[in-house]
Amino acid sequence: MIPENDIPRLLSGCRTKYDKVRGNWVLLAPERAIKLDDIGAAILAETDGVRSLGGILDVLAEKYNAPRDQISGDVVKFLESLRDRRMLEVS
Amino acid sequence: MDAPTPDARAMPTITYGPPIAMLAEVTHRCPLSCPYCSNPIELTKRDGELPTEVWVDVFRQAAELGVLQMHLSGGEPASRRDLEDLVTACREYDLYSNLITSGIGLTEKRLAGLQERGLDHVQLSLQGVDAEMADLIGGYKGGYSRKMDVGKWTTALDLPLTLNAVVHEKNIDRLPEMIDLAVTIGARRLEVATVQFHGWADKNRAALMPTREQAKLCGQRVAEARERLKGTLVIDYVPADHHADYPKPCMGGWGSTGLNVVPDGRVMPCHAAHTIPHLVFDNVKERPLAEIWEHSSAFNAYRGFDWMQEPCRSCDRKTRDFGGCRCQAMAMAGDAAATDPVCIKSPLHAKMQAMAQADAQSDGELTYRVMPK
Repeated sequence: MIPENDIPRLLSGCRTKYDKVRGNWVLLAPERAIKLDDIGAAILAETDGVRSLGGILDVLAEKYNAPRDQISGDVVKFLESLRDRRMLEVS
Repeated sequence: MDAPTPDARAMPTITYGPPIAMLAEVTHRCPLSCPYCSNPIELTKRDGELPTEVWVDVFRQAAELGVLQMHLSGGEPASRRDLEDLVTACREYDLYSNLITSGIGLTEKRLAGLQERGLDHVQLSLQGVDAEMADLIGGYKGGYSRKMDVGKWTTALDLPLTLNAVVHEKNIDRLPEMIDLAVTIGARRLEVATVQFHGWADKNRAALMPTREQAKLCGQRVAEARERLKGTLVIDYVPADHHADYPKPCMGGWGSTGLNVVPDGRVMPCHAAHTIPHLVFDNVKERPLAEIWEHSSAFNAYRGFDWMQEPCRSCDRKTRDFGGCRCQAMAMAGDAAATDPVCIKSPLHAKMQAMAQADAQSDGELTYRVMPK
């Protein structure tokens, strides 16, 4: 689990880019290029290394007019999967 | 599907999109002489290498074509004095740049300079966990010590570091120490790659082929370490396929995801494709990269499934492993369109395994990679 006060941050060498050729966002990382769906791209757009997880949830809930409790699980799961793959850290 | 055009019958089934990654072998020069080097036996000399401006233009073309990751490799890419310009070009075209290096030729200052120019990631090769083993395999005295420095500088700069450990009969049993080293030095990733027996490595089968037992233990240790180090170290593993029952999905399918440009500008579907003698490779000096990707006869030779013979043609695994490695089929069956002999369904499977076992149980002098004079 990631506490809501913690701040997620993409690690160095991990960055997002809009892939013009394929028409989607990608997360570029060491030896990996991960195609992002709209949700993944939206989460990483708010993961700026300043906002806490709680802050990210607030922004996403507001922006996409979605119930905060409902999106929380997916956001945490996504961020945790990136943490397990050493692309993101939480502090 | 579109209606077939008049020449469609001559064309293979299109099953590929744009390439994701490009391996730029910018030079064959290297201070090390590893006996399993993936470079061809016939190495390109310095005067045959593409100049800076041609590489830069190829990078631009690659980005336009859809390449996301640019792997700067060799030889030793740091042997090129224009490595800085090549990294700058990657950043200019928004390509993710990965420096695949032995570490020799890098200083702390040069590494910091490359980072300033936008280098994204460093992959450092590891030949062993002590100077004795590493310098024996690399054939370069003092190499191990320099490598450790480069690893430390990389992580101190907060550049992501991957260690690439090529494992074989002589060092595979020391995997636990390699894993410890990767954690200690602060690497995020460790690649444990069993030697692929093409080219130079094929000359060293007796010295380097691991036994079936060694390969099995290595696999178990990787699985255990992945679990234990989750969130600390990511481990990628290329198992010893000579001891497997099914082949690897080589390159994720021929000409489907990646391309390789060699020092003189020829474009190949994989780094061993030159071992298939009948293939003709187009050159970036003569043809645009996009055209090569789409129309080169070498790329179209084994794309899709139409080229397959039995038992691959009717096999339900063909969409998973694409018939395995074409170069291995060439080497063992004498036919690059044959089933990879690693596959249990290949008529050559038993022969290949017997050869691998015989090589594993024998030893031999190391034949080092050498540059032509």
